[in-house]
Amino acid sequence: MRLTVLIFTILVAGSSVLWLETNGFQAFTSERARRLAVTATPKPLPIVTLQDHNGREFGFADYNDRVVLVDFIYTRCPTMCPIMGARFRQLHRSMENISPDKRYSLLSISFDPEHDTVAVLSSYADTFGADGSSWRMARVSDQAKLDFLLKELGVVIIPDEFGGYQHNAAIHVVDRGGRVAHILDYDVSSEQIQQVVQQL
Amino acid sequence: MRPTSYTVSFLVVLKNTLKRIQSTTLACLLFLVLLLTSKQLEMTMMGHVLIQLPLLVVCGWLVTPSLPSRLESAIEKDNEYGIPGILIVIFTVLFWMLPRSLDAALASPFMEFTKFVTLPTLIGIPLALSWPLLTPVAKGFVIGNLLSMLAVLGWLYTQAPIRLCNYYLINQQQQVGNLLLAITAGIALYFTLKCFFFDKNLEVGAL
Repeated sequence: MRLTVLIFTILVAGSSVLWLETNGFQAFTSERARRLAVTATPKPLPIVTLQDHNGREFGFADYNDRVVLVDFIYTRCPTMCPIMGARFRQLHRSMENISPDKRYSLLSISFDPEHDTVAVLSSYADTFGADGSSWRMARVSDQAKLDFLLKELGVVIIPDEFGGYQHNAAIHVVDRGGRVAHILDYDVSSEQIQQVVQQL
Repeated sequence: MRPTSYTVSFLVVLKNTLKRIQSTTLACLLFLVLLLTSKQLEMTMMGHVLIQLPLLVVCGWLVTPSLPSRLESAIEKDNEYGIPGILIVIFTVLFWMLPRSLDAALASPFMEFTKFVTLPTLIGIPLALSWPLLTPVAKGFVIGNLLSMLAVLGWLYTQAPIRLCNYYLINQQQQVGNLLLAITAGIALYFTLKCFFFDKNLEVGAL
């Protein structure tokens, strides 16, 4: 009897710890966990001064009452960032078919401000067709503020062996209140994004 | 008891005590080295998963003979057939097999502390105390499960197109996956050869 009670206690305690650690057996990776966390409780963006590819300074608050899709990139990236750039270009073009009140803005933030100067970003923006109004390429020149922003959102940047970086590739959906409300895969369909935006 | 018997008994006790001290010293030294080299080992996924984590378990295993005999007998009383102990081991292994637990250990000092405490105390010590008590069938079950868990994890790390741990590069993840598969194959081969070829009269309990 004593053994049965002990085994039962360990089974319940062990399963509970695993259940808590994995958000109810839903999140086995920290990437999945951060996505579930913002969906459950949208995360306010910190106050950060950004500089767009035209050299204009702005903040997240300037997007007042508009949904923003944010991705994090660096222009030297040979793999994920061009793919995300192409995805944003598709989304940018597809907005022509959306009524103005349901449109959203696109924002690509570079986490490599040392290399990605305004001139470099401007050239990158030309390559992908970012117009500077509904789609901006931007940088955070204050490294401490950039680090804080990345940490707050759970974006992890690690140097690779080729002098570049590996990072979370995702689309961060910022609601009309300036909070990250969803984090989506970069290859999610335009229809799914439209659905998410309409809910916000 | 004759004087020679006293001498023999004394020598046996002395030998066992020295063995225990040796084992504890080794465990403490190993733990200290792991503590001091934590940043270096954690720089690569291989150092973290395949060196640091198993050696922390070894620390717990090595320190077990030095546990106070009163504590050991109290644990043994509740650890019937080694089942409660091995269940604690299995749950703790499952916890630290999660990619997000590895990330958490790198991102949070509290989780790093938890790792250094739980791996020796909730895997190493209970494993050393429970393994001799397990029935042959239970030992076979544990080994079978360990092999399948390692194989699945190795396969996952080699095949996943994305990084499962945010703090490690994808090529490091694939490297660890390949090594886990190789380790699994090595362990499986060892037991297969031992059971079927080298010792045909071997009982599972002798594993």
